[in-house]
This record gives sequence, structure tokens and C-alpha cells, in this order.
Amino acid sequence: MPFDYRRAPDPESAVAAATGWSGVAFLAGGTNLVDHLKLGLVAPDVLVDISRLPLDAVDELPDGGLRVGATVRNTDLAAHPVVRRDYPVLARAVLSGASGQIRNLATTGGNLLQRTRCVYFQDITTPCNKREPGTGCSAIGGYTRHHAILGASAHCVATHPSDMAVAMAALDAQVAVLGEGGRRVVPLVELHRLPGDEPHRDTVLSPADLITWVDLPPLPPGTRSLYRKVRDRASFAFALVSVAAVLRVERGVVRDVRIALGGVAHKPWRARRAEDVLRGERTGEEVFRRAIDAELAGAAPLAGNGFKVPLTRNLVVSALRELSRGER
Amino acid sequence: MDGEIELRVDGRRRRLRVDTRTTLLDALRDGVGALAPKKGCDHGQCGACTVLLDGRRAITCLALAVAHDGAEVTTAEGLADGERLHPVQEAFLERDALQCGFCTPGQVCSAVGVLDELAAGHPSAVTADLTGPVEATDDEVRERMSGNLCRCGAYVGIVAAVRDGAR
Repeated sequence: MPFDYRRAPDPESAVAAATGWSGVAFLAGGTNLVDHLKLGLVAPDVLVDISRLPLDAVDELPDGGLRVGATVRNTDLAAHPVVRRDYPVLARAVLSGASGQIRNLATTGGNLLQRTRCVYFQDITTPCNKREPGTGCSAIGGYTRHHAILGASAHCVATHPSDMAVAMAALDAQVAVLGEGGRRVVPLVELHRLPGDEPHRDTVLSPADLITWVDLPPLPPGTRSLYRKVRDRASFAFALVSVAAVLRVERGVVRDVRIALGGVAHKPWRARRAEDVLRGERTGEEVFRRAIDAELAGAAPLAGNGFKVPLTRNLVVSALRELSRGER
Repeated sequence: MDGEIELRVDGRRRRLRVDTRTTLLDALRDGVGALAPKKGCDHGQCGACTVLLDGRRAITCLALAVAHDGAEVTTAEGLADGERLHPVQEAFLERDALQCGFCTPGQVCSAVGVLDELAAGHPSAVTADLTGPVEATDDEVRERMSGNLCRCGAYVGIVAAVRDGAR
């Protein structure tokens, strides 16, 4: 279906242009949205182009943190010297996603709002509660290699595909949103939803809500971070399981730990139970295992993805081992 | 709905009228007649439609033409100066980095982008030190070129050609 195209000169007019429409979408890099237009997953009445908004800068904040504009290209985020030096988990996560010629187009906001790559969601000939509420879930009882083991529901077992968002979840990033009611801040870990009985709602945002930037709090000196991703091929593939881990150890004791998992749930999954086990403990293989086992106690693998449970366990243990190596 | 856009394609200014649904790839091929970028998968997965968009490598099948009004596009054809090939194109010939040739224009544009990114010191997913210098090793080239598929499997030659280009 044809659609109206409008280019917004500033964030306020972008929100105004999107207000009052149900079939509206913001267009930035387009690498997910345009694919969805072709696949027939969405048929908006109007596209509001936000790609030229002045939100394309990475700025250092007075508190030592970093503000990443919503239209900063993935390439520029990963190449930014401060991101490479202070937030390696984020640089690595971004670089492990998509391909070079996609990262040159794809934006920060778009990366957060990209939709699941569940094969049934992307195939309009099959029932899908996320695409067409009430039609059923084709993945349950179907092909589930890439699907959730944590936090899924009887209505949807899709996973969120982003790498970047997993790193941002571990960094306690804060998402700035401009909407009809003005500005507000949503913690990144609360931006995406679990499917429940409304799997068509990926996030807590309304259609006219515009992400304007993402703030990364500073990391105390001595903090280490990394991103590990396991996938079916060496490059240009979505995660089967990934882990973003942030760790600060003092005299052999865990002072700060933040673990987020990708490829296992409908949203970037903060492993709070594992973190609770680790905080204040002396580092070591045994406590690493106990921590991730506490998290995975709630795992509910499907017929095709039982391997994700031991894979997640091994991945998290190896990430913690690497981050604590040489710490005394 | 139609929109009026202007593109600069391989150094020549072109004005065209496009339906808002038109991708940049279709505007280039059908509107401008620039046939170097190829339509492979049309879903951002094969890289055959890669061009240099405002100086950076980009796929064109998932870009809407109206959103790129005013853009500067260099296709594989525009990399050459008439009959004088770009050094990367010469390297592809020298290294036998193609068989059927369908993916080659996208490969070549992507390779030029990769060399710029290496020269700018951008790390990749396989770079050991995120803050150190980067080198055009086989692993680096394979990782950076992973968005360009070659179903003839000319990868060995492609990696060699891109490394030649980095010299």
C-alpha cells in the first residue's frame, strides 16, 4: 500500500507528525522497517523520516558517562574512541551485529526497536500472535532453535534479536523518550516487554514516542566488560545465545557485577539472580556456576532449543572467568 | 504518493520522480539506469546491491529513495575512470576474485569501504585490541566482507584482492 512520507526538521515536529495516526512508523536507517514493508508485516499510512534529525552525536557527559544520539549510526558508535576505551562490551556487541554495510545505515534507536527474527513472525502465511493478535503461535510445536528459554508465554516464544541492547542492558543505560506528553526517561531494561498475553507489544512505547538518545552511566575505574556471542556461523548471524558482562573485582571479591543475556528471551535479559549470588563473593569457578544455575533454574526450553541451557551456562562462566583473570 | 528527488550518481546529477515505496536500489537501476548495483536477495542479506552512499558502503535494497534525496552515490561503475579501473577492481582481476560476476560490483564497493574503514582505524568483531591499530589480515578481511555473499565461492580470491588493495 502507498504511504505518505514526511521529513521532520526537529524531534518535536517528528512527534507531532506521528501523533494521531495508528499506522505510523519512524524511519531512520530503514534496514528493518523497509524489509517489513516488503514482507507485508506492516502497512503504515505515514512514515516520518527522522534520519536527518540532529541526534547523531556521541557526547561525553559531565558525570563521565556518554550520551548516544538516537540516529548515531552503529558504525560510528562502535568506532567512537570513548566507547572503544571505556565501554568495550558495547563496541564488541555492535560490531558483532549485522554487516558493515548495514551498520553504516542502522541507528541506535532503530537497533533498540528492531523486531524479532522469528521465522513465523516474518512469514505472513503462518499464524503469529505478535503479528496478528489472537491467531496463535506457530513456533510453539514448530521450529524453535532461535527461540526463548526464559520469560516466554503460551502466546509467544520469540526472542529480541539485538546485540547492542544486551550490552546496554548490562550498562544500566537510560533511554530518553519524547512523546505527546513531553520528555521521560525509561531504563533500558524496562524498555522491552516480556510477551505475556500481548506479544504484539514489543516495548512500553506508544507509536508517537520517539527515542531521542541513550545515556550510558560512567563505569568506576577497574571495571572490566566484554561481550560474547555464539551463533550458527562465524559472522553476520543473529545470536543463539550472547552475554554482556560487566565486572569489578577488588582483592578477589566481586564488588559490581552486571550480566545481560541475548537470544534467550523476548527482551535483553538481566540475570539479576546470578548477580545476587555473585555480589560480595570471592571470584571462582564454583560460584560462577552456582550463579548462572540460579538464573537458569527458571529456564523452560522448547523442543528445539534445549541446547541453549548448557550453552548459556558455559558462556556466562567463561565470560566471568575471563573478566576475573589476573584479579587478586 | 510520489516524491521528487535529486541524486548524484557516479558524478552525474540526476533528478527523478519516485513513488515513496521505491528503494534506492530500484531508483538507481530503473530510474537512473545505473545497473552496476545488483538485486540479489532484496532483503539486506547478500550485499549485491552495495554502493558507496555519501562515501560509505551501504546496501541500497533496504533504503528508501525519498529518504536519500540529495545523496552522492558511487557504484562500481563510477569507481573506474572510464577504461582505467580502480586499484581494487584491478586486484579482483589479478586475483581471479570472481566467477559469474553477479556479486562483484557489490564486492568491489564493499572492499573500497573496508579499506577506508581500515585506514580510519575502525576495529571489527575479530580485532583483538579495540584501541590498537588494525591490519588487513585474512581474518579481518573475512569478517569485514561477511555482508557480501558469493555463491560461486570465489572467497579465497576476494580476500587476496582486498588485502592487495590495502597495500
